[in-house]
Amino acid sequence: MKPSPRRWRPVIRSGSRIRLFTDLDHNRFIAQSSYGLTLIQMCLAIPAKIIAQNGNLAQVDFGTAVLREVNVSLVKAKVGDYVLVHAGYAIQVLDGQEALETLRLWNEILQTEA
Amino acid sequence: MTEKAKFRDAKLASRIAGKIRRAAQSEPTIKICHVCGTHEYTITHFGIRTLLPSNIEVIAGPGCPVCIVPASEVDEAVELAQRGIVVTCFGDVLRVPGSEMSLLDAKAQGADIRVIYSLTDAIKMAQTEKNKEFVFFAVGFETTSPSTAVEVANKPPKNLSFLVSHRLIPPAMKLLAEMEDLGLDGFIAPGHVSTIIGSKPYEIFPKTYHVPTVIAGFEPLDILMSVYMILKQQKRHVPKLENEYIRAVHPEGNTRAQELMNRVFDVTDSNWRGLGTIPSSRFILKNEHRSYDANLKYGVKIERGTDIQQGCKCHLVVVGKIKPTECPPFQGGMHSRKPSRSLHGQQRRNLQNMGQNNKPADATHDSDIDQNIKSLQPTKCLQSISPLSKRP
Repeated sequence: MKPSPRRWRPVIRSGSRIRLFTDLDHNRFIAQSSYGLTLIQMCLAIPAKIIAQNGNLAQVDFGTAVLREVNVSLVKAKVGDYVLVHAGYAIQVLDGQEALETLRLWNEILQTEA
Repeated sequence: MTEKAKFRDAKLASRIAGKIRRAAQSEPTIKICHVCGTHEYTITHFGIRTLLPSNIEVIAGPGCPVCIVPASEVDEAVELAQRGIVVTCFGDVLRVPGSEMSLLDAKAQGADIRVIYSLTDAIKMAQTEKNKEFVFFAVGFETTSPSTAVEVANKPPKNLSFLVSHRLIPPAMKLLAEMEDLGLDGFIAPGHVSTIIGSKPYEIFPKTYHVPTVIAGFEPLDILMSVYMILKQQKRHVPKLENEYIRAVHPEGNTRAQELMNRVFDVTDSNWRGLGTIPSSRFILKNEHRSYDANLKYGVKIERGTDIQQGCKCHLVVVGKIKPTECPPFQGGMHSRKPSRSLHGQQRRNLQNMGQNNKPADATHDSDIDQNIKSLQPTKCLQSISPLSKRP
């Protein structure tokens, strides 16, 4: 999937101390504050693919091809797995098979039930 | 994920919405409650409520761990910051009002308060700036608690301690299920909390309270499908616990995370802003980790604060009894955004407003909210903090 072009839309208008922008997918939030630009994901848990792993730390791709470091000590994951990342920690491995199964189940429900 | 687009497919959404509409035709009003800020975000952002028939209502419960942090805990963080300790926290905690001020106000007055994305940032700072004392204001439900547990178990630097404010969501759901005037017909259980705790903690809701419960993911189709699953359960009059988010939630949850949390945390009763005291609803550090407990280390413990300001209706919004738009101070009203604006000016305006309406802020539900209303307090609206809390 092509990463969405990096266009930032304001979420909080100026006048507050922190100005918040989001990309088109509302997946990533950037805050402009006195510390400069900081990527804030707040309470969202976002899927990411593990590209490299070294013990408890892993380099993951959130879909932008920019790698970020994430702590994976809470999960049993390997390179190539997709994990849910929350505030810098992977909290669970995403099961691709179950994702496809979910979609298949939905189609079945939509087709067969009245 | 490459498959994400399929979980947002518009055609699929309208098919599911059609099914919901047909299934709901002969039903009375159905009230479904979710308890997750991210669920509310998805619902608002993708306009889910516009796809549902008028007899299905989806309300938002106390799903934001930031908004239910009591003023006393914000006061503790402010107190620590004013003593010269570096307070690190997530971005959304900054603007939560304490009894007197928020962390943002304290920062405007010169305290060293730093917004971080991850606890690892706080640890790196503590390791680099060895001459300073650091505190991490640990806010969050069971999705965030494991990361605090992992780092405490790993013995972080001695100049870092934790103000642990983590809470558990099933006890709050229990409170909502017991509120008879709320009349819930279904729960949408929080997906990412469930990746950690599994499905067992929700079993009491269909079993004891006869409320259909579905664990839902965060794509718009996940939520639509969960509404449909609850509707089906309602029609069959057999409440069950179902998992819609099978790609991320296993029945046993994340056992490694649970084991770490059991090793590091004890569970205690606690005050939730707007809800009062909920039993067994908060994590605190175990005795053997007390050297990392900021309350003990610095002798700062504030029992009560002003949770509900004059005119504030957070206690009604947080249980879904009114919408944020029905609350007078929401998005402007009588609240001051700029920390530098004179408090006196605000107090003068408050006095003028109070003259018109002499009724004190009323609590209309059962739990024991401390209505310790101080006069001349500028009204601050919690719901205005998060840009994600806007609802149609």
